[in-house]
Amino acid sequence: MSESLKIRTPEGIEFALPLAGPVSRMVAFAVDIGVVVTIGSVMQKVLGPLGFFGKDFSDAIRIVTYFAISLAYMALAEWLWRGQTVGKRLLGLRVVDAGGFRLEPSQVIVRNLMRFVDGLPALYLVGGIACLASRHRQRLGDLAAGTVVIRASKLARPDLDQLLGGKYNSLAEIRHLAARLRQKVRPEMGAIALEALLRRDEMEPEARLELFGDMARYFKGLVEYPAEVVEQVSDEQYVRNVVEVLFRSQSEKAGARSQEPGARMR
Amino acid sequence: MILDISRFVETERPHWTALERSLAWLEVNPQARLTLSEVENLHVLYQRASADLARVPEGELKKYLEWLVSRAYAEIHEARERKRFRPWRWVTEEYPRTFRKHWKAFQLAAVLTIGGVAFGALALRIDPEAKSVIMPFEALQGSPADRVAKERERKGQHMEGVKSTFSAELMTHNTQVALTTLALGMTFGFGTIVLLFYNGVILGAVAYDYVHGGQAVFLMGWLLPHGVIEIPAILVGGQAGLVIAYALIGWGSRVSRAERLRIVSKDVVTLALGAAVMLVWAGIVESFLSQYHEPVISYGTKIAFGVVEAALLTSYLAFAGRKA
Repeated sequence: MSESLKIRTPEGIEFALPLAGPVSRMVAFAVDIGVVVTIGSVMQKVLGPLGFFGKDFSDAIRIVTYFAISLAYMALAEWLWRGQTVGKRLLGLRVVDAGGFRLEPSQVIVRNLMRFVDGLPALYLVGGIACLASRHRQRLGDLAAGTVVIRASKLARPDLDQLLGGKYNSLAEIRHLAARLRQKVRPEMGAIALEALLRRDEMEPEARLELFGDMARYFKGLVEYPAEVVEQVSDEQYVRNVVEVLFRSQSEKAGARSQEPGARMR
Repeated sequence: MILDISRFVETERPHWTALERSLAWLEVNPQARLTLSEVENLHVLYQRASADLARVPEGELKKYLEWLVSRAYAEIHEARERKRFRPWRWVTEEYPRTFRKHWKAFQLAAVLTIGGVAFGALALRIDPEAKSVIMPFEALQGSPADRVAKERERKGQHMEGVKSTFSAELMTHNTQVALTTLALGMTFGFGTIVLLFYNGVILGAVAYDYVHGGQAVFLMGWLLPHGVIEIPAILVGGQAGLVIAYALIGWGSRVSRAERLRIVSKDVVTLALGAAVMLVWAGIVESFLSQYHEPVISYGTKIAFGVVEAALLTSYLAFAGRKA
């Protein structure tokens, strides 16, 4: 059972969509039930004046509208919001085509029609078991419709400006030490430092201080810089400078980034 | 792979932003048609983002590019035709055509139900005590003759003031039954078959009970007006369930299971909608007509009404939307 759906494009590029588990989907579903009940009670208020035509008629309309809402809400929301309902939005979930294509209306309807069997015998037992047993965490409705539910919370573009410091980098000035740094730092460690910088705004202040403190200590342990170079530099700035030294091409000087297209990579 | 990440981001970012913008536009305007140069441009941007995705290391940037490429992939590699739903065309052509396309599944559903009817009738003939087990409704437990006498007496007055509500309950309940029969197709048809047979058993037992009690005319007057629509509607639900089951099993098929299900999904939706529409009509008839018996409405009228409905439904499903 894989935690992500891998799709290989004809261009030979692979991308992965992180799959949602049964628990978050259950919670989203509970939220959606709340939404249906709310819409139902609002409709009841709106349809109140129909009581004028007699209790019988207004009762009938109430039963039919409630049934129609409970049947159509999910499908309608998933179609209009490209695979999301209120619950799925709150939980950061999204229904997508299992082949990576666009979601078709018929797929949305089929996956929601199958709730009649996924909901059996009670509390979505069948759907839950299917979800746990299937390779891509699909309930029967997903299997029938060819859809998967993914975690889509991380859809915002990372703050790339974090990388483009453009500040004076004291570490890069001393060429031979910078070269030693490139030599000594393992690629994984460099990637971790880069990732930490990209995510720095997501961290708690104390955690952020601690993490960059640890990292700076690690890098300082690898290559010792003269005290006058590092004394005014914060831990975070130190890590940023290290990353810049690691990832920026040697031939280039800091602050002289070229804009011409087709930048080379080393 | 180590690359000059900041420079890379700086040169590529304008292209990502452009791609993001065109995707956002396409997603808001799904019906839009692009010009050739727009399509080319989109394709170039997509390929560029794909190439970038292949180069970046694991992490946030990769996730962002995966998200971008996955969206672009969906737009570019989507080959399925997009049709607008046209209600009139659906009624006059699409539904009856889909019904005929899966005629064999409907036949099988009908055979299963008829088998159930035979079983139910036989069971009651062999063992009259079985009545309480087979029939879940209290109203049917008594003897048919008593019921007919009672119905004659109350002249449908018990229905005053609850007709619409009853009708609404019938519609929702029957739609649930039909859709459950459909959804159970995902059990490789097993659940669908059981449900169709079981429905037949009840029907057969009730029919035998009334015919045996000498109330055949009452029975026809009672069941025909709504039954000739309701029973076929349930069968259409079963038909759709069997279509799903067949796609799941895929005897002698070379395409993958996912692909087979994808192929039938549109037809399944059409049949489900068709069954629901039929059940709305049946619900209205059952509440407003079927519950009235002689002397309010003569049995002859009710039976004739049912026969006319059956004829109309048959000719609609058999001939509507046929190419000349």
